[in-house]
Amino acid sequence: MRVGILALQGDVREHAAAVRRAGAEVAEIRTIDGFDDIDALILPGGESTTMCLLLDKTGLRSPVEAWTRAGRPTLGTCAGLVLLADRVEDGRVDQSPLGGLDIAVRRNGHGRQRHSFEARVPCPALSGDFDAVFIRAPRIVEVGAGVTVLASLESEGDLEPVVVQQGALIGCAFHPELAEDDRLLQLLLDRAEGAPS
Amino acid sequence: MDTTPSTNDRSTGTFRVKRGLADMLRGGVIMDVVNAEQARIAEDAGAVSVMALERVPSDIRRDGGVARMSDPELIEGIQAAVTIPVMAKARIGHFAEAQVLESLEVDYIDESEVLTPADEANHIDKWAFDVPFVCGATNLGEALRRISEGAAMIRSKGEAGTGNIVEAVRHLRSILGDIRRITVADEAELYAWAKELRAPVDLVIEIAETGKLPVPLFCAGGIATPADASLVLQLGAEAVFVGSGIFKAEDPALMARAIVEATANFEDASVVAKVSRGLGAAMPGQEMSEVAERLSDRGW
Repeated sequence: MRVGILALQGDVREHAAAVRRAGAEVAEIRTIDGFDDIDALILPGGESTTMCLLLDKTGLRSPVEAWTRAGRPTLGTCAGLVLLADRVEDGRVDQSPLGGLDIAVRRNGHGRQRHSFEARVPCPALSGDFDAVFIRAPRIVEVGAGVTVLASLESEGDLEPVVVQQGALIGCAFHPELAEDDRLLQLLLDRAEGAPS
Repeated sequence: MDTTPSTNDRSTGTFRVKRGLADMLRGGVIMDVVNAEQARIAEDAGAVSVMALERVPSDIRRDGGVARMSDPELIEGIQAAVTIPVMAKARIGHFAEAQVLESLEVDYIDESEVLTPADEANHIDKWAFDVPFVCGATNLGEALRRISEGAAMIRSKGEAGTGNIVEAVRHLRSILGDIRRITVADEAELYAWAKELRAPVDLVIEIAETGKLPVPLFCAGGIATPADASLVLQLGAEAVFVGSGIFKAEDPALMARAIVEATANFEDASVVAKVSRGLGAAMPGQEMSEVAERLSDRGW
C-alpha cells in the first residue's frame, strides 16, 4: 500500500509518521511525477491558500482534482478538509478548492489563533473519543445527503459535524495526526484496500 | 454513571494548540509587511503568514531611534486585508505590548530583537498568554531558555535587515550542531551540557531522546533570494521568515512567489533555478563588517 501525502506545505511529517506506523509506504507528492502509483491520498494541515497556489504552480491541481472528484480514497485534515470541500465560505474570492466532498466549510470558523482549542470529541462510530486539536480550524456548515457524520462537537448547544465521510473521502476539521490517533488513517487504508485498483 | 467530560470543555492556549499553529506553518514563508497592500501581495504570492510591522528591519537600521510595537490600527488594517495568520512584534521583555497584541488577537507574537529591548534582564513570561510566541535565538542555549519561558516556536536570528545570509547560517549550524552532539552524549554528560548551555536539564534530556527541538525551528534574518531559502531549509530550518528581502527587492511580488516556490521545493535545484530566473535585483544587502549594530546581540 502506497499512500501519497500532498507535501507542498504543512504538517506532512506527522502524517508520514502515521502512515509508517500503519506499515504502509509514504510518497511525498510535490510534483506530478510521483502521483500515478498511489493507492490513497492525504491532504495535510497547513495553509489552504498557500496549498491552492502551489497546486496551480506545480500542475498538480488537475490530477489531484480528478482524484478527489472521482471519490478515490482521500483523507483531508483541517486545511486538507477545506481543499476537499465542494464549497468554501470566507475564503479568498479566487480560492477554489479541489472538491469532491459534498459539504460547505467556513475557513477559520472559530476565529483567530487565540480561539484555537483542544476538546474531547465523542466518536462512537470509531469506538471512542478523539483528543481533538483545533488550530484556526474550519467549520463544516452544511452537509450533503450522501455524507455520513462520524463525529460532532457540541457547539453552543448544537452538534456540529467535525469528522465526515462520503464513500472513500474522509474529512476532519481537527488534527488527529498531532495526537497520534491513527483511526481515520486506518479507515482510509481500509477503504483503499477495498477499492478496485 | 457517565463520566465522560462534556465536549463543552474547550481548552484554549494549551502548549499543543500553540505549537500546533507553528507546525501548520512548516514548509512555508512568513513575510514582513508594513501595510494592507503589501499584505495582499504576500498572500497572493502564497505566504503562510504575514508579520505586521511599521518598518522593515533594513529601514529600522537606517532610521535608528527606538523601534516599538506597531500602531494597532496598522495591525488591524492588515488583519482585515488577509485570511492567513497575522503576526506582530513586541519588544523583548515588554509584556504590556504583548498584552496589547493579544487583545488585538494577532495569531503569533514575535518577541523580537529587531525592536529596541525594553528589559535588559528578563524576557516576557510567555506562559501567561493564550497567544503563542516565537522568539529568536543564536545558539541552542538561548533557544532552550526561550522555550522554558513558553515560546512555542524558535527562529534563528540571523542579522535582520542586512540581506546577508551568513549570520543565519552561523546560528542554524550552531543550534543544529549542538543538537546533533547532544544526541551522542552519554547520560552523565547531559548535566554538563545543561550547565554549559545555561538551559533546563529536562529540555536537554528531551533533545537527547528526540534529536530535535521541542518546538519548530524556523529561520530569519538575511534571506534575500530563493537560493537563500533553499540553503537554510537544507541545513534544517523548517520554514523561513523573510523581512526586507521581499519588499526591498526590485519586483516584490515576483520575488515573493519565487521564494514560496523555492521553499516548497527546496531540495529540487531545478525548481530553485527556474524560479531564480529574471527576478530583477534582490535587496542590496550589507557585508557584516559594515553593520554598525548587531541586532542579534540583543536578548540573552
